[in-house]
Amino acid sequence: MPVIKDAVCSLCGSLCDDITVTVEDNKITKIENACILGHSKFVGMFEHDRIETPMIRKDGELVPVPYEEAIEAAAKILVNSRRTLSYGWCSTSCEAIGKAIQLAEETGALIDSTANVCHGPSALAAQEKGAPGASLGEIKNRADVIVFWGCNPVHAHPRHMSRYSSFSKGFFSTKGRKGRKMVVIDVRKTDTAKLADKYVEIEQGSDLLLITALRSAVNGHEDVIPETVAGISKEEIMELAETLKNAQFSCIFFGMGVTQSRSKYKNGDGVSSLISDLNQHSKSVMIGMRGHYNVTGFGQVATWETGFPMAIDFARGFPYYNPGETGANNVLVREEADAAMISAADPGAHFPQKAVRHLAKIPVIQIDPYANPTTEIADVVIPAAVVGIEAEGTAYRMDAIPLRMKKLIDTEFKTDEQITKDLIAKVRELKEGA
Amino acid sequence: MRMSEILIKNANVCDPAQGINCETMDLCIRDGKIVESVSESAEVIDAAGRLTMAGGFDGHTHSAGKINVGRFMNPNDARRTLVPGLSGPEARTEKTRAQVGYNTPNTYAIGYRYAKLGYTTICEAAIPMLAARHTHEEFKEIPILDKMGLSLFGSNWQVMEYVRDKEPEKLAAYVAWGLKASRGYGVKIVNAGGGEAWGWGKNVSGLYDPVPNFDVTPAEILMGLVEANEKLQLPHSVHVHCNNLGKPGNYETTIETMKMFEKVKPTVDRQALHVTHVQFNAYAGTSWRDFETGAPMVADYLNGANHLTFDLGQVIFGPAVTMTADGPVEYANSRMLHEKWSNQDIELEDASGVVPLSYSPKSFINAVQWAIGIELALLVEDPWKIMFTTDSPNGGSFVNYPEAFTYLMSAKKREQVISGFGKMALDRMVLPGLDRELSFYELAIMTRSMQSKMYSRPEKGNLKVGSDADVAIYDIITSDIDPSVEHEKVKQAFSGAAYTLKDGNVVVKDGKIEATPMGRTYWVNAKVPADIDSAMNKDTDIKFKKYYTVSKSNYMVEDSYLPNPVEIRTEGAF
Repeated sequence: MPVIKDAVCSLCGSLCDDITVTVEDNKITKIENACILGHSKFVGMFEHDRIETPMIRKDGELVPVPYEEAIEAAAKILVNSRRTLSYGWCSTSCEAIGKAIQLAEETGALIDSTANVCHGPSALAAQEKGAPGASLGEIKNRADVIVFWGCNPVHAHPRHMSRYSSFSKGFFSTKGRKGRKMVVIDVRKTDTAKLADKYVEIEQGSDLLLITALRSAVNGHEDVIPETVAGISKEEIMELAETLKNAQFSCIFFGMGVTQSRSKYKNGDGVSSLISDLNQHSKSVMIGMRGHYNVTGFGQVATWETGFPMAIDFARGFPYYNPGETGANNVLVREEADAAMISAADPGAHFPQKAVRHLAKIPVIQIDPYANPTTEIADVVIPAAVVGIEAEGTAYRMDAIPLRMKKLIDTEFKTDEQITKDLIAKVRELKEGA
Repeated sequence: MRMSEILIKNANVCDPAQGINCETMDLCIRDGKIVESVSESAEVIDAAGRLTMAGGFDGHTHSAGKINVGRFMNPNDARRTLVPGLSGPEARTEKTRAQVGYNTPNTYAIGYRYAKLGYTTICEAAIPMLAARHTHEEFKEIPILDKMGLSLFGSNWQVMEYVRDKEPEKLAAYVAWGLKASRGYGVKIVNAGGGEAWGWGKNVSGLYDPVPNFDVTPAEILMGLVEANEKLQLPHSVHVHCNNLGKPGNYETTIETMKMFEKVKPTVDRQALHVTHVQFNAYAGTSWRDFETGAPMVADYLNGANHLTFDLGQVIFGPAVTMTADGPVEYANSRMLHEKWSNQDIELEDASGVVPLSYSPKSFINAVQWAIGIELALLVEDPWKIMFTTDSPNGGSFVNYPEAFTYLMSAKKREQVISGFGKMALDRMVLPGLDRELSFYELAIMTRSMQSKMYSRPEKGNLKVGSDADVAIYDIITSDIDPSVEHEKVKQAFSGAAYTLKDGNVVVKDGKIEATPMGRTYWVNAKVPADIDSAMNKDTDIKFKKYYTVSKSNYMVEDSYLPNPVEIRTEGAF
């Protein structure tokens, strides 16, 4: 029976690449090294609601149709639309993302990723102040101070701490966890916080205040810091600043608690500035805890193909970027989009009500291996192979390291890349006919 | 297969590799190669006596990989339209993908715009091996051009350990393996040892400053890698970004580095050393207060040396984006200029950073930097030692090459620019006293011919029979133009080739994109004796098991990332 080593797990942004998978009769029967989340993805493939066949909504019901019919129906929607929103593309391969961008370009659509409701503000922060980072192995081998800010890897990135951060052992960090100070900054005592040497509980929405106070402390302006900031005593802030300044190598991992709370991108801007200031004293870097396994890849591909990482509007024929105006939620809330193509994401479950309400009114094409709430409002549904299990392709880890995901088992399902290619061909055909 | 034949009639050929200096003749092309003759059914292109050169070859440009960080943090660059026809947003057409950008254009724009300048080959200056797939993913989306890239070895743990432990054979085996893993073409060394020091927020101060924890000096790393490079008989020499880049007084380190390589015996008929973007490494003075040009000293050394080549790193006034594996330099830039700063250190391998900046003729420092690049080009007598670059986009975007050519070809043009400088700037440069003006022949050497030998690509950068039919025809009648006076015309002509042919396909006509074939990717597969290879692999196995965060099997760039590969095999001299 084939045993596939060093498979890449296509679940979270940690992109663990040491998974051993046993395949029997084209079924995965054994998974080694994966965390509970990764394990359920590999196993769940056979248990969850796969979309089994292409479907088109007729008289309110999704009815099975041949693949070609679904492609034609989807292409017609795209050709007839004057303002298509193409959204998602984060739990798929870079190869598929590239084709999706080409399709958006050819149809004058607007394309955005799940960063719109996730780490989008981190991109804006980088555009303000840059993103001083490092590959995860730098943390593993060097870091003696690790801060998790507004993120909870115990549940969201379960192997992060053992492979890359808190517990990992490396060249200079031979003692692993014992040689490291682990700080967690959050609004509640998460399971990650329970493992920390130092837990700093801040008032909700006050991250920027604490970041600013820390910068003041690091830069020697202790006098301007009030007695309490963000619910934290000045003494504690000074102590934290000293911990960071005196580190050999520190890393601030930040999550959606930082990017999606009050002050949004200004928080990331502040963290970036703090990192720059800290480097006056010691080495320090920041890394965003990206969720979807290839949301980083979307940003990379979109940036080299269009110049922008997200919220790209091709209405003018060339890429136009104005986050806040051209984001997925912006065009939905403004009721501007007149059709949507959703792939590898679930806005039906995760978008604000007003956006979902508009989505329900317009023709929606869904490309996904699994049924989800978005399926309920989709008009054309095209099932896809699961990338990293049934299809190969490139994904970028949260630290922008690209890895090749393997195909582990055969499938009848088309890949996202193939579906998008077929859509491009059909759209061209319809346009030429018109 | 259908034979495709082209006859370029009345081409005013400037092909220094053959010593042809603007002579009018016909060029014959069959199946993408230059040939002796073609049949009567050949398609005819009438060059009408216009200047015709081999396709340009940019041997040091940041065009795939790290440039994406530049794009990501500078979305404003996408809308910059500073050079008409070669920058800013352009809608998709039947033939072309949508384009944006100036310093950091999207991948498609990079291909189209280089082709419009008559360039057909580029070499990406820095591939971080762990992220090599990324470079190749971008290569795949750069149309038209042939591509190659240089892999970073200068702060690599395995390299430093082998140098320290005096294991030259294993070091060579590791370099061969690294090139294969990253599908690289050559060995790049950036601020040797400085990337590792930057892992702790530090730097090395010169050739003999030991790298923290590794007990080797930058000089030892350089000498170790050049030995490996020659043992492997690589087509390119080591490609060195010197220590102390960007610091006043660094010309001494630069000359010292160049001198160290005098004793190196190249095993391939090419230079023993290429020193890159020397403008940034030819600074005199002791601080930014008494900063002045160091170009005369460096040029003086270069005029007496025959073992090396170098490129300019010419500065272009206006916005630029600095991007380099020299991590500490970028951090220093960002603090000094109060600019945004991105950094990306790569485990066990190297560092890197990206900082946008703007060069202003009003700043005496920037004015002197601008002058140094040109001084180097004019003071060094032999153009075969010089590759023209802006270290795009560090000194400025490649779309400014035509503007920069006029600096080299016209003293009047230089005077125009210099007239805007303050007295302090003028006191710190020697450029106003230089009246040399380069000819089209010398320009052709610096932009295509010397690259052929420098990279051991005999089929590139010349129009010899058997060479690739990469041809640029510019709207210049050399007998009717005085580039010294008519520099604006020269700039216009180089900004949009009348024709660019890539492998015999017309890809540009009258400055517009005609076709977008996919170019090749060159990479080097260097042979290493099996026992040495296997001994080296045992060492790297440990590196992957204990220190890397990716598996060894997932480190190697797969074939599927190179849709049109050209594998260059070398035999090695072990």
